[in-house]
This record gives sequence, C-alpha cells and structure tokens, in this order.
Amino acid sequence: MRIELTVNGKKHALEVEERTTLLDCLRDHLGLKGTHAGCEHGVCGACTVLCDGAAVRSCLMFAPQAEGFAVTTIEGVTPGPGELSPIQDAFCETHGMQCGYCTPAMILTAHALLADNPEPTREEIVEAISGNICRCTGYAQIVEAIALAAERMRGANRAVER
Amino acid sequence: MKAAPFAYSRAADVEEACALLAADDSARVIAGGQTLVPMMAMRLMRPTRLVDIARIASLSYVREDDDGVAIGACTRQCTVERDPLVAKRVPLLKRAVPFIGHATTRARGTVGGSLAHADPAAELPLIAVTLDATMSYRAGQAEGELAARDFFTGLMTNGLPDGACLTSGRFPVWQGERIGTGFHEVNARRSDFAFVTAAAQVALDGDGKCHRIAIGLGAATDTPLRLEAAEQALTGGTLDDAKVRDAVRAALADVEMLSDLHASADYRRRAAATLARRAIADARAQSLGNAHAH
Repeated sequence: MRIELTVNGKKHALEVEERTTLLDCLRDHLGLKGTHAGCEHGVCGACTVLCDGAAVRSCLMFAPQAEGFAVTTIEGVTPGPGELSPIQDAFCETHGMQCGYCTPAMILTAHALLADNPEPTREEIVEAISGNICRCTGYAQIVEAIALAAERMRGANRAVER
Repeated sequence: MKAAPFAYSRAADVEEACALLAADDSARVIAGGQTLVPMMAMRLMRPTRLVDIARIASLSYVREDDDGVAIGACTRQCTVERDPLVAKRVPLLKRAVPFIGHATTRARGTVGGSLAHADPAAELPLIAVTLDATMSYRAGQAEGELAARDFFTGLMTNGLPDGACLTSGRFPVWQGERIGTGFHEVNARRSDFAFVTAAAQVALDGDGKCHRIAIGLGAATDTPLRLEAAEQALTGGTLDDAKVRDAVRAALADVEMLSDLHASADYRRRAAATLARRAIADARAQSLGNAHAH
C-alpha cells in the first residue's frame, strides 16, 4: 500500500507491504540503518525511535500505523553534519557503549526522558532504560552518560551562577 | 521474525470498524499493537485484516460520571499513567499502570487492547476484576456491556460477541477519603510477565476498621481472581497481620493455581499469599495515612 511517512522532518511517499514494520521500513526503504533490528518482537528495545517525541519500539508498529507521526531516528538527533547532540557527546565521554548495538536506542530513549524530565534521579534513568537491553556495559556508564547529559542540558539554558 | 501478509484498514469510526470486522471472520482490531504485533511476528496469530482503531478520537478519553471513571478503549496507557482524574478517583489503577510493560510500550499500548487481550498476568484485567469494572462494546448496530467477571472468560479469551469492538472500560469510584491501595508483583526481570500479581483496595472507617476491601490476584489462574472469601472474612475487622494471613491462606486453599516452566503451582500459591498480604498491608497503611492527612 501507499503510505506517507515523516522521518527526521522529511516527508517520504513510499510503497510498502502492509506487514512491513516501521523498523524494516526505516532500514530497508529509507536506508536509515542507525535504527537497529534486535529481537523483532518487542523485547530488546534496540529498534527504539521517537514518534511525536515519545520513545516507541519500531518493531512493534507496522509502517502504515506510523503515518501522521513525526518519526525521529538516531540520524535525526544531531544538530548538523559532523556534530553530535549533547546526549551523544555524553555517551562518548563516559564511554556509555561497547559494541554499540543498543546505543542509538539508548540515546533516543534518553532524549525522550530528558525532554520530559530535565532532572531525572538515578532511579528514573534506570527505569527509563529498563526496556533497553545492553549485553556489554553492565549499564553503569550508560546511566552515567544520561546523568551527565542531563546536567549539561540543564546548564545550557541557565545563566552561570558565580 | 516477520508477520504473515494481511490487509490493513484504518477505521474512521466505530461503526466502520464493526462493519469491517463483520465482513471478515479473521479480521482483528489493532489499537496500540503492543501485544498483537509480537504475536503476529511470531506467527502465533495470522489475521487476514487489521482494523486500526487507534485514530478514532471518540475512543480516547478519561471521563468521570456519577460513581465511576470511564476510559475509552484507545486511551493510551501512558495517558492513564499521568491522568489526574485517575490518580484521584481510581488510585489502584494509577498504582498499577507503571507495572505495565515499559514506558516505550505504554506510549503505544492502549487500555482497551490490554483488556481485550485478557492475559491473566496483565495488570489492567486484574484491576478491572478487582474493582468490578464494566466493559462496553459495540457489535454492528448494537451496544452492550459486560461486567469484568463475565468479560474475562479464560486464558487470553474475552466474552465479547463475534465481530464486536470494545469501546470503553468503566472503573467504579470508591467514595470517601480513607481509601488505600496496594499492588505487588513478582517477575524475573523488571516489567516482564508477572508470575503472580496482587492488588488490594481498602476503605477504613473512623475506628480504623475495614469498611470495605477488594483483593485480586493475577497470573494465578486462567482469569484474574478475586479473593472473595478473604474479603468477607476481613470486612469489619482491623486488618492486623495475623488475621490477614489466615484469611488469605484460607481463600487460596482450594484454588487450582497455574503452573508453567517459570513458576510451579506451589510457588505461585506461596508467592500469592505473600504478595496479597503485602498489598493489603500497604493499602491499610496508606488508608491510615490518608486519614491523618485530613
């Protein structure tokens, strides 16, 4: 069927099979390979994208269901070519990754969390990423990365206190 | 892991959804799809057509009437989680919603979807049974209602007539300020399917005695289970620990518990007794706290 998707601010008219998941549509039809395919049945969280700002699992949505949403993938969070978002920066600095498979989803989940809650507690960070499986890091540096990003993003909008 | 082919229709209203369902026995309703899509991916379900009702605006609401809060079938779980009316009027529901899946699945998953799916381990069916919710549906031109105890008819089975579309769940509001709630579950990992779930809502009278109590267990039997014998035994009493333990144990004595690879029937019985006691203790403590606050 013919569908129209808005991904990273750009509209795309696509011809897809009804059963195509949003995940496969992003990867195979739009070439956005930063959205990772893990379990493909909603357990691992590797395919997380933002739909109207909310973190959702793109393997649990058929592409036709995504019409009308503003979909954001990892490719859409950078401020410009060659640049990184504050959350991506923080993941680099704290080494919040090893193999990198879960990383785009972790970063997008963190984006959704911090947009909603700029000052999350450690527990709230852990809760937010509890649906994203990482088999390398043990999560500690991921939590650290999100806390660091939160701190910086809060600071960015405030006058420096002296 | 890919779903089998199907046709897709986005229904403009409930009437159109019912017409599409009536035209095809193997059509299924999809709203949030957080349970249906994985089942289709694993080919445990192969509907010939999906009728997408998620965009029907009239099915998405939280509304209070005389003595209940009605929630539209397509209201997303994340909306219920944050709804002030639910928090104030149906505190047990508020308490249970964060246990449903993860934030990412609650962002898409709907109230009606979880109720209709009727998984005995799911939180919303348990709260519906514990609070005696009423489910409304539309089938063709006819509208109907089912009480929670008649709605959940078996493992993953609901009592809706063929071709019906669930339209809302209505949760009764307990009047008074001395209401407390408790909710506990045990699972292998946070937010995984529960092995046992316990919910309790308590209203205390001026002397701290139990004026009214509702106790429910999930994942214990094919459908959410009310511990009515324990409710009767505890009404009018002080809900002290020993009495609660005896009442819960007696109510569970003859219940045939589910058993699977993850949790045996004996384990479930022991865990159910403990979680029910904790849920009641939390509800009592909260009720006493609420009394002091007023």
